[in-house]
Formats: sequence, structure tokens, C-alpha cells
Amino acid sequence: MLLPVLPSLLGGCAALNHGFMAAAGPVAAQQRELFFIVAAVLAFVIGPVLMLVPVIAWHYRIANKEDAYRPNWNFSWTLEGFIWIPPALIVIGLATLLWVYTKRLDPYRPLPGADPLEVQVIASDWKWLFVYPSSGIASIDRLTIPVGRPVRLTITSTTVMQSLMIPRLTGQIYAMAGMRTHLNLEASLPGVFPGANMQYNGNGFPRQSFAVVAVDPARFQHWMTGSARTAPKFGPSVRSLLAGRARVTTAPIYSHVPVGFFASVIAANGGVGHEAANGSGR
Amino acid sequence: MSGAVLPAVLGRFEWIDLPFVRAWENPTISEIIGAGAGALVVVGALAVAGLLTITGRWRWLWTEWLTSLDHKKIGIMYVVLAFVMLSRALIEAVLMRMQQAIAIGHPGFLTNDHFAQLFSTHGSIMIFFMAMPFLTGLMNYVVPLQIGARDVAFPWANSIGLALTAAGAGLMMASLVIGQFSTGGWSGYPPYTGLAFSPDVGPDYWIWAVSIGSLGSTIAGINIACTIYKLRCPGMTFMRLPMFCWTSLCTSILMIFAMPPLTVATALLALDRYLGFHFFTNDLGGNVMNFANLFWLFGHPEVYIVILPAFGVYSEVVSTFSTKLLYGYTSLVIATMTIAVLSFTVWVHHFFTMGQSANINAAFGIATMAIGVPTGVKIYDWIWTMFRGEVRFTVPMLYSLAFMTTFVIGGVTGIVLAIPPLDYVFHNTLFLVAHFHNMLIPGTLYGMLAAYNYWFPKAFGFRLDERWGRRAFTCWVVGFYLAFMPLYVLGASGMARRTAEIFEPDFRPWLYVACGGAFILLAALGSLSVQLWVSVRDRDETRVTAGDPWDGRTLEWSTAAPPPEYNFAVLPTVTRRDEFYEGKRDGNPYSPPVRYDRIEVPRGSILGPAIGLAAMSCGFGLVWHMWWLAGLGLTGAAAAIIARSFVRRTDRIISPGEIEAIERRWLTAVHEHRPISRELERTRANHGVAEAMPT
Repeated sequence: MLLPVLPSLLGGCAALNHGFMAAAGPVAAQQRELFFIVAAVLAFVIGPVLMLVPVIAWHYRIANKEDAYRPNWNFSWTLEGFIWIPPALIVIGLATLLWVYTKRLDPYRPLPGADPLEVQVIASDWKWLFVYPSSGIASIDRLTIPVGRPVRLTITSTTVMQSLMIPRLTGQIYAMAGMRTHLNLEASLPGVFPGANMQYNGNGFPRQSFAVVAVDPARFQHWMTGSARTAPKFGPSVRSLLAGRARVTTAPIYSHVPVGFFASVIAANGGVGHEAANGSGR
Repeated sequence: MSGAVLPAVLGRFEWIDLPFVRAWENPTISEIIGAGAGALVVVGALAVAGLLTITGRWRWLWTEWLTSLDHKKIGIMYVVLAFVMLSRALIEAVLMRMQQAIAIGHPGFLTNDHFAQLFSTHGSIMIFFMAMPFLTGLMNYVVPLQIGARDVAFPWANSIGLALTAAGAGLMMASLVIGQFSTGGWSGYPPYTGLAFSPDVGPDYWIWAVSIGSLGSTIAGINIACTIYKLRCPGMTFMRLPMFCWTSLCTSILMIFAMPPLTVATALLALDRYLGFHFFTNDLGGNVMNFANLFWLFGHPEVYIVILPAFGVYSEVVSTFSTKLLYGYTSLVIATMTIAVLSFTVWVHHFFTMGQSANINAAFGIATMAIGVPTGVKIYDWIWTMFRGEVRFTVPMLYSLAFMTTFVIGGVTGIVLAIPPLDYVFHNTLFLVAHFHNMLIPGTLYGMLAAYNYWFPKAFGFRLDERWGRRAFTCWVVGFYLAFMPLYVLGASGMARRTAEIFEPDFRPWLYVACGGAFILLAALGSLSVQLWVSVRDRDETRVTAGDPWDGRTLEWSTAAPPPEYNFAVLPTVTRRDEFYEGKRDGNPYSPPVRYDRIEVPRGSILGPAIGLAAMSCGFGLVWHMWWLAGLGLTGAAAAIIARSFVRRTDRIISPGEIEAIERRWLTAVHEHRPISRELERTRANHGVAEAMPT
């Protein structure tokens, strides 16, 4: 099925424009590149089987009296070599590729380029809170990021396990209560890229999406300072909003998020508040 | 109408727990479908009971079937259970596909909660109560016959295994009528399924259905493994075992080692939910990651538990219908064992996205890809088996061919998912759903259906209808491609699995195609029913009493169809692989023995079904907090085991005279029918005596 995907992509298949095939950042672009390499290699795995099965079955059908019949032939070292060695070599080759790319595309690995934007993500039922610790602002269901600058997400959950994915920018990582996970990403062009929870977590699941808004750095700076000044203060009402199981239909922005709020959420869910003590943190 | 009803007796039951009451109070399509499903269970059960009463077959059902310890009858009952559960889970799948095709920018006709119950029951049933009973039933039926044994090692435990599996399936069905099922998927990840987030009865149904079913599977695994280790007939060395027995042995070993982590995981979750423990809660030191590890420590070997027996079936079918020795027998044995061992080394690939280090992910990713090598070897071994053979395109062979070509597609998408950076993109999307259906449908389901068509004449004495078999086959294959290939595209487009509503109109054409595919799969199930009905109706024209309709190679074909209760009047002696096939070429394979000896066969026991009923009561009591019922069930099961130890006469003697009469009847049938060539295999001339092909 990998091969039919290629022409439909070239033909501008509309659905694929929403996934990593329409990469809008370096991580998704490398994932796409890896996918094509793997697909090309796997064509050599799938091809012989798809050809040999129908050809051999048809040629050696009982009605064909022209074919050879060797009912006791059941082994050949040459063929054994052909069926064990090339697949093993392909797997060794793919394993090398896997090792290199798994290291390179480790979601915890900082992207090249200095000074990543730190964003803390808190998953709750059924919404996402994005906290910008550097400016003390926070937004629900909307992640605004500057184009061309690496972003480092630190993710936790106040509720059940969830999984954060932004298909056009990066793959997913779980959000788990009391724990922190990381995701590094970058947008290389401006636009609005949908992100979503991929792990079923109850009634609000299908609607638990968010928008990643990538804007040029100057506008981003403007947005951040403006929001820090004018947005309503983060207060108890927001905390109770996070604790409740409901969707938020607007995309509100808050300012004056208390320092250490993210750590307090982790601690409140049985985790260790400070980063260094967490084995999965870095 | 809220509040517990008679809590001392009925626990936490409320009237609103009945889907009929829910539909009455809130008559939406979603609730009416729920009530309809519940009604179908009740009406179906009443219809079966009525039919049994009218035809006066209660006693027959009880003495001939339910209490029987004959491995063949237990095997058939497992398969019947699998077909019943397949029907339910397939209808659920069609409902889900319909919902997704309709609910594009629209709420659709199912609520989120109902949709979540559907994917949870669909997955749990297809794995635990469709695939598992089907392959267990198959192993039960075929293995003793293939190794020249008279029964399994532990006939009574066999009956308990079946009863426990049926009890788990019974709880699944009960959840349709009383209460609701879990919404946490077939893997039931806490903390979502914990008390804090799902206080309802749903996860409890899941826990007890799966726990009781998995106990049954553990017992079945022990039984089959011991049977193969200890009951092989004289001369049946390991390297002469039919391939199906090898794969059954590997599956049984996997069951023995892989089921306990599941039982532990569900037991710990039950402790969390019932006794306030904190294994998997968010607070007080609980950790969901432990559940993920335990579950997949079972879950990955489980994949090979359900696939290996199918590999065995394909080995038998391809060899038989190519009239040729299996190519690379030793190679296949090594590949099967390698797969079985490697299957325990890859479980982390189910959660590459849990935040562990890249090194761990890479190591498990490479281990996963390594399994591709022995699996590929198997495919080529089947191809070289057809090479220079005389291939007949019978229904089992058609399934085998469709399997080889379709399975390899699933295999390569599996390699894609084994690469962690790509898994980050495809995990939890429909790509993953497409992948595992692409393994399980051509792998397990086609394998089981091939086996059903292949061994049915052995079990019942007449062949299944070819025409309807082909129609069913066509629907299964076309339906599969239409239903699942679009999901690869949707998954690559970032569409999450398990979503009841879709907001992206670009997904619409693919979802329509997938829905159409689901309808064709439903037609496939319908065709299977018609095939069975037509075959039973026309059975007098397709009788194969002599027992060898396909020019079989292994020992099960050397008996009558259906085989006598004792399988073999005299235990066969084996001197080579494919003993029966070679025997046919050497001369008369049907020569009667010098004399018949008496044979002991296990006497039927009501205690197996009693334990099943007790386990189901216990599970049901636990689900509803009816503690008296839970206690009664547990005590009942213990009492049944104790009672069994006092049963002295566990065997029944079949006298030499009786055996001689049975054998004489069969041998007469063998000799009065003309051996037929393979070209006539699917015609009325086939009475189950095969003409030897020239070598």
C-alpha cells in the first residue's frame, strides 16, 4: 500500500495535505524523507512475493500439463540462501537506518539553532493549556509559535494518559499525570497547523484538538508582550476550568501565570515537581 | 428511576442499567441500537432454547456435547463460540464504519460513549473470544489426530478451558443486556479504566471477561503442549511432526508464558478498583507505565499466538493442495521457533511514544524488524512448496494465496511502524488500525477460514459447498482491501483512531470507501452462513465417509470422517514424515489390524460446565458488587474441583466388538468407493478415497 500512496500524493491527494506528507517543519520533513527511503527499500521486499505467488500458483496449476511435477523435491541450499540472506541483509540495512534516524529524530533531542522557545503543555479533559514560562502567559487550545525558531514542549497531564501530535510539524508523545515528557519541533513556514490528542480519553476526545499558529518572529514577540500586558490574569477560575471535564470553545489567553505552576501540577498528580529528579526529564 | 434496586441482593444495579429503560427514557438512535442489541441477545437465547425444546434436543446437547470430554467435540464447540462472537464483533465494526462515514462535520447516529463501547467490545471480542477460541478449537480438534493420539493429555481440564472461555464470552454478552461495557479499548489502559475516571461497571466487565477467558487460554495452552510432548504415537519424533503441530506447540508455549502477565495486569487493576490499591492510579505512587509494560508483555506474544496456528494451517493446506512435500520443513520449524522466542523481545514497540530514551526505542525497533526475516522465510517456503506441484484452487488454497499476497503488505507496514521516528507519526492513527487488521485478517481470519473449509469434511463427514465458499472468499478479500487500504491513507493524514466524529471534509471519500468495504465484509459473513446452510442441505451429495477427500498427508486423514470417538482403533506407528500419504503410495493404507483391543475413553463430566457457570456467576457478581453471588461462584468452582477428585470412574471402556463393528463399517465404505483423481476432488465422485498420484 506504500506505493499507491506515492502517486496519490503527487496527484495532490487532499487528505494527505493534513499529515506529515505536507510537512511544515524540519522534524516532519525528515520523517517524510525517512518514510520514502523505507518505502523504496520495502518495495524490494514486497515485489518478489507479489509477483511469485500468482505466477507460480498459476503456472503449476493441476490443469497445466506442460509443467514439471516433482512431488518429493523439498529442499535446496541455494534457495535457502536466497530466502534467508537477502532479507537478513535488508533488515541489517534498515536497522542501521533505524538507529541513525531514531537518534536524530529523538523527540527529546534539541533542534539545531540556539535559544529554543520553552512551552509547558498541560493536558486535561478535554483541552490543552500552553504556558509560556518566559513571559508568564498561557493559552488554551492554541499554541502560538514563531516561525524558524525551535520550540521545546514539556508535557504533562492532569488527568488520564493523552498523546499530543501535530502531524504537519512532528509526531506524538504521551502526556502522563505526575510525569513530564518532551517534544522538540519547529515550523519552517507560517500557517495554522492542527494538533490533537491521539489517545482516547472519554467523551470529549474527538473534539480535543488545538491549533498551532506559526507567525513570523516579530509578530510573535508583539503577541507575547501584548498578551502579557492585556490578557486577563490567570486565577482560580482557570484552575477549576482545568480540573473540570469540559471543552472550551473559545481560545482564551491569560497573563501572570504563577511561576512554578507547571511543577505544581506535576506535584499535585503525585510526581516530582522539580525537573532534575525526574528520570525521564532532561 | 434511579437509585440501586434491592442493593443487598442486586448490588449496584439500577433500572437505568437496562438498555431498554435507557432507550425508553431517551429514545435516540444510539440508545435504540443499544436496546436492539440487548434485545437480540435475549431473543437469540430464547430462540435457541425454544428450538431445543421443540426438537427435544436438550438431553442430546447436554450429554453429547456440553458435558463431553472428547477433544473433537470440545474443539467444535470452541469454533461454534468463535463464529457466534465473530458475528457480533463484525456487526459492531460495520456500525463504527457507518458512524465514521456519516459523522463528518455532523454528530452521526452514535454517541461518543456508545462508539467507545463498540471499539472496546470489538477489539476484546475479536482477540479473546473470536481468534483465541477459533485457534484453540482447531488445535483441540486436529493436534491429537495428527500425532496419532486418542485425546488430549488432560481431557477434563480441556472441558474447563472451554467452559471458562465461554464464561468470559458470556460476560461480554451480558454487558449488552445489563449495564454497559468499558470505553477503554481492548487494551484497557489505566488510569482511564481506573475508579477515578471510570467508576461505572464497564471496566469491571472487561476485567472479568478477559481474566476468566485468559485463565481458560492458559489451561488450553498447558494441555496442548503436554499433549504434543507426551502423547505422540510410536515413531512420531519431533522432526516428523506435521507443521500444524509445530505451530500449535509454539502457540501453546507462548500461551503458557504470555497469559500470566495479562492475568496479573487485570488482577492488579481489579485490586485498584475494588480494594483501593494504587498500582495504576495517578496518585500515591501508582504508575500507568507498569500496566502498559505488563499488558504488552502479554499483548505482543499474543499476536503470534493468534498467527502461528494459521501459519500451520497454511503449511498443511499449501502442501496438500500442491500434492507435494512441504518445502523447507526444517527451515519452517526453525523460523517458527525463532518467531516464538523473538515475540517476547519486542513489546516496547507498542509504546515508543511513552518518552523512554532513543536507545531503548532503537533496540526494540531492531528486534521487531528482525522478526520479519523468519516470517519472510515462511512465505517463501510456501511459494517453493507450490513450485513444481499440482496446484488446485480449492477454497482453503484460495485463502492461502490471498493470505500470502495480503499479509506481506501488512508485514511491510509493520516494518514502517517498527521504526520509532515513523511510529511517532503513525501511532494511534488509523494507519496502525489498518496495519494490525492487515495482519490479523489475512493472517488469522483467512487461516481459520481455510482450516474450517479444509477440516470440515473430516469433522462432519461431508464437504462444504465450493460455490458459496468462493463467494465468501471473494467478499472477505475485496471487503478487506476496501475497508482497510483507505485507513492507511487516513492514518498518514493524521486521523486519530477511536474517534466518533470527524471534522476534516477531505477525509470523506476514504471513509466512504472504507464503509463500503465493511458492508462487503458483512456480506462475507452472510455468505459463510449460506455456505453452511447449503452444505448441510446437500450433504448427501458430498459425503466423504471414507475420510480422505483431499489426498491428505497427515494422520488425521487416515481415519473415518467423522472419526470415531477413540480416533484410532490401533495407535499408528510412524516411520517418516507424511506417513499416511506415503502409505497410500506404498500400497494399502487401510489394512485392518490383526485384532482389536478395548479402548478407554474419558467419560463425560458435568463439572467442567459447572465450573464455567460458577466462574461466570463470580465474574457477574463482582461486576455488580453482588458479593453473595461472587462468593457463591467462587465456592462453587472450588467445590466442583474437590468433587472431581472423588470421581472414581473417569473412563469409559469401548469393547473390542463395538470397535470392530465401527471399523468394519468404515472399511467397507473405503473399499466400496472408487479412488478418485485430484481433478475430480470437487465433484460428487469424491467420497473420500484418494487415488495415488504418480511420484
